Amino acid sequence: MADAQPHTQNLSDLGETIASQLGDVITSTEIINDELVLHAERSAIVKVLTFLRDDVNCQFKLLMELCGVDYPEREDRFEVVYCLLSMTQNHRVKVKVAANESSPVPSATSVFSSAGWWEREAWDLFGIYFADHPDLRRILSDYGFEGHPLRKDFPLTGYVEIRYDDEQKRVVYEPVKLTQEFRNFDFLSPWEGVQQMLPGDEKAEEQEEAAAEKGGDA
Amino acid sequence: MSEQQIKNFTLNFGPQHPAAHGVLRLVLEMDGEVIDRADPHIGLLHRGTEKLIEHKTYMQAVPYFDRLDYVAPQNQEHAFAIAVEKLAGMEVPPRGQHIRVIFAELGRILNHIFNICAYAMDVGAMTPMLWGFEEREKLMEFCERVCGARLHMAYFRPGGVAMDMPDGLAEDIMDWAEQFPKMIEDLEGLLTENRIFKQRTVDIGIITTEQAMDWGFSGPNLRASGVAWDLRKSQPYDGYDKYDFDIPIAKHGDCYDRYLVRIYEMYESLKIVKQAIEKLPPGPVACDDHKFAPPSRGDMKHSMEALIHHFKLYTEGYHVPAGETYSVVEAPKGEFGVFLVSDGSNKPYRCKIRAPGFAHLQALDMLSSGHMLADVVANIGSLDIVFGEIDR
Repeated sequence: MADAQPHTQNLSDLGETIASQLGDVITSTEIINDELVLHAERSAIVKVLTFLRDDVNCQFKLLMELCGVDYPEREDRFEVVYCLLSMTQNHRVKVKVAANESSPVPSATSVFSSAGWWEREAWDLFGIYFADHPDLRRILSDYGFEGHPLRKDFPLTGYVEIRYDDEQKRVVYEPVKLTQEFRNFDFLSPWEGVQQMLPGDEKAEEQEEAAAEKGGDA
Repeated sequence: MSEQQIKNFTLNFGPQHPAAHGVLRLVLEMDGEVIDRADPHIGLLHRGTEKLIEHKTYMQAVPYFDRLDYVAPQNQEHAFAIAVEKLAGMEVPPRGQHIRVIFAELGRILNHIFNICAYAMDVGAMTPMLWGFEEREKLMEFCERVCGARLHMAYFRPGGVAMDMPDGLAEDIMDWAEQFPKMIEDLEGLLTENRIFKQRTVDIGIITTEQAMDWGFSGPNLRASGVAWDLRKSQPYDGYDKYDFDIPIAKHGDCYDRYLVRIYEMYESLKIVKQAIEKLPPGPVACDDHKFAPPSRGDMKHSMEALIHHFKLYTEGYHVPAGETYSVVEAPKGEFGVFLVSDGSNKPYRCKIRAPGFAHLQALDMLSSGHMLADVVANIGSLDIVFGEIDR
């Protein structure tokens, strides 16, 4: 870990260089856990990726990963993350763009052929639309599947289950029936302080408020 | 004779074809026996691993990684363990690192034996499959002795490994490592200069260096195209920089070269295993912070605090500080990455798994068009495809 500091320094220098050369399309750069992250404008992602691939100081010639992340509380709920690798510089960089259900992200397939399937996957699992993708079909989920399973508002159990029906001699789709209630434990530890109201304890709060008001009057 | 309209023939390959290495459904557009377009349909083994992990604590997520690439399960766990360690700031003690290296390399050999033998069977050689599985069985016995499970080990945990090696295991692995080169030589004797094998693989499915990079290749498939790139050398983890080993590369990028690279990688893995056993230091195997790693059984009999730690770890799990990381290991098939986003709770917010096979299979269309139908089988075999990791 002795050389962690210079490595981070190199990365932040690289980030600044990239940001200054690309101008406004890079909205911010940051270092998270010794990894360089660039936030880019959605419309300019092809330009950013092309620059990162072709610039002499960058040479991020491999797209190792492309994935979506869902943050439902944000205005642009999706984040598309591109992980690039430069073999000559031995650096990695992540480029992030924000998107939502109705805003298409320009496809990176013209820059990296490998983006094709990962974009299909992000479309399938999150419903992020990629403009100008040559073949944007579902990839992992079933033929005729509805919904985007990795969104945070999609239940873990899904909506339909399949079984083979011996009478009809085919596989049939049925709504999910759970034999026991779906259990999702809230492990918010009482040791670190309860943050939620106990159910049925609303009166205690009212009383407290009333007491506070009284105190305020006096 | 009047002009005739010739229609392309569409052939459905799989999903239950033995040469499809699992559940690959390949829709092939054929012009006679030459392939015009290969369209892989994947997802038949999709189990929603990433979604499930979002609902499990960090420790409960470990076994899901075994079930990705089930041919070499420990290497997947390794990537997840490294990602969590990076976020939580855990330090793995030296003995833990050495044991991980030993078993990661055994996993590499497990994978390469399987791939070479299954691939040889795809192109018509029956014997390697029978010989190779006996050797795999020996390796899986080592896995069983160290953690109780032959396949799905759940042995590499964030912070170290689940338990120490039993007495005598290191010596037995060493004995095995002495006799294993004989097995590789036998395998090579069957295949390397075999006329039929070479006819089926030499100059089939050539990938140039540029193509390999464009398609996001990694691991042996990339090295067969002439790129000297190995994460164990270039971005070392778990002390790989302390071992003396070489990176075999090949230049043609055809199916035969991919086979050769795997053969020579097995020799290098053996070197690493031997060095790791020789240097195996005494000491703990997991980090001593009991907020992350469970206390020993013995401690729990005496110490109330240890008992509380144990209870908390196996019910609530540990909380990982908010942050994100993309951590990688050199898995036998290539770069296996975990993009982990933590929101500070006891469950991962997002865990994206970067499977090397996903990128490799994607290039199958580019690789196969213009080849004969039988070459598709050789291409699939040489790319080392396992559907557990592709479909997740």
